[in-house]
Amino acid sequence: MTTAETTPIAYPFNSAEGLALSERYDEARNRTGLLRVRMPYGEPAWLATRYADARLVLGDRRFSRAAALHHDEPRQSEGRRDSGILTMDPPDHTRLRTLVAKAFTVHQVEKLRPWVRQLTHDLLDDLEAAGPPADLVDRYALPIPVGVICAMLGVPEEDRPKFRTWSDAALSTSSLSAEEFSRNTDELRAYMAGLIEDHRIRPRDDIMTSLIEARDAGDRLSELELVDLCVGILVAGHETTATQIPNFVLTLLEYPDELRRLREEPALLHGAVEELLRFVPLGMAASFPRYATEDVEVGGTLVRAGEPVLVAVGSANRDALRFDEPGTLNVARPATQHLGFGHGVHHCLGAPLARLELQEALGTLITRFPGLRLAGDVEWKGQMLVRGPRVMPIGW
Amino acid sequence: MTWKAEIDGGRCMASGMCAGIAPDLFALDEERARPRHEEVPEEERVLDAADSCPALAITIRDGTTTVGPRP
Repeated sequence: MTTAETTPIAYPFNSAEGLALSERYDEARNRTGLLRVRMPYGEPAWLATRYADARLVLGDRRFSRAAALHHDEPRQSEGRRDSGILTMDPPDHTRLRTLVAKAFTVHQVEKLRPWVRQLTHDLLDDLEAAGPPADLVDRYALPIPVGVICAMLGVPEEDRPKFRTWSDAALSTSSLSAEEFSRNTDELRAYMAGLIEDHRIRPRDDIMTSLIEARDAGDRLSELELVDLCVGILVAGHETTATQIPNFVLTLLEYPDELRRLREEPALLHGAVEELLRFVPLGMAASFPRYATEDVEVGGTLVRAGEPVLVAVGSANRDALRFDEPGTLNVARPATQHLGFGHGVHHCLGAPLARLELQEALGTLITRFPGLRLAGDVEWKGQMLVRGPRVMPIGW
Repeated sequence: MTWKAEIDGGRCMASGMCAGIAPDLFALDEERARPRHEEVPEEERVLDAADSCPALAITIRDGTTTVGPRP
């Protein structure tokens, strides 16, 4: 039985190049109790790898994100996030989240579908005009979610090269020192504060304007919370989707029978996106540990109050106790309730939007390019919280 | 005074949001969430849960008037 005194093993397990899920997770799921792990920075932690354990830790209020601020939080880089919605618990978290939740509900984002579909076609028109090979990441995967979130939030899309650098750094696990990390945060905040001032003078029909109203008229959030919320929406609003588009394409190219089936039965598209969300382990590692606020038993281990638990959703999504043939991609798999968007109060705010973007991006691409193929070596991001191609040359 | 809470099982995707915001009022079963009691107190938290549901599966009613999710 593992105890808090057991020597922790080095974590993360996954390789940054590729999308494989480390076999260490299979071993971890099949043993009793939680693993004891140590990340490059911060204190040792428990690692939850099974579906039921993951749902318990992410969904139970006895586990706190805010408590991480008072501990040496386990993490991949020296620098750490000390503000934002992902460092909060209810009721503070609820107060901020409800201010923006409305903009991302299924009903709201569904209205954007025709526009997003048009965007995917316009981008492919450009690709066709230029001819193969083309970088799927830069010419398709990034412009879709960036264009959408910029319009929704009220950020000029032509600033993309500027915030791209900051956004990369915000999610980087590289050798950025704590100082570099915080300088980057300051620059991104200053940029956003400038945009907010501009919106104060010239209100528009966008999320930033509605948040400014909530602050100035309703006093429902502080100025720093306003800035951080806008930064969070911008970064979280594009990076993961932009990364999953090439990841999904790459995965489907590796499973040609599944890709063929999806092309033959377009009605499978929405379910296929859910299956890909389950199957593709996006994260380099479990991150954003939850701290137990009282003693809680998780999967055969007694987690003591004040101890952190990391939740490996990529592993939980491959748990045979929950999914039949979990290691097989099956685009026709019945509805799955995967944990690709997390679970509990921090469940991805933008999930309906991400789903829509992934459905449209994938659907248009595989329909219009029946000869879609890799046309060169994939260059991997590396040293980021999320894994995926930095450059992915395609032909068609 | 109380409101009535209703969860549309067809829409619910078990994100765990409502049970996270108000665990005393909403419970998450294996596949679906449910109100612990149909009658819920007239509290901001109840409307917050309805507003935050990513599937928009929660409806809060005051008599015959829908009060949550808020427009």
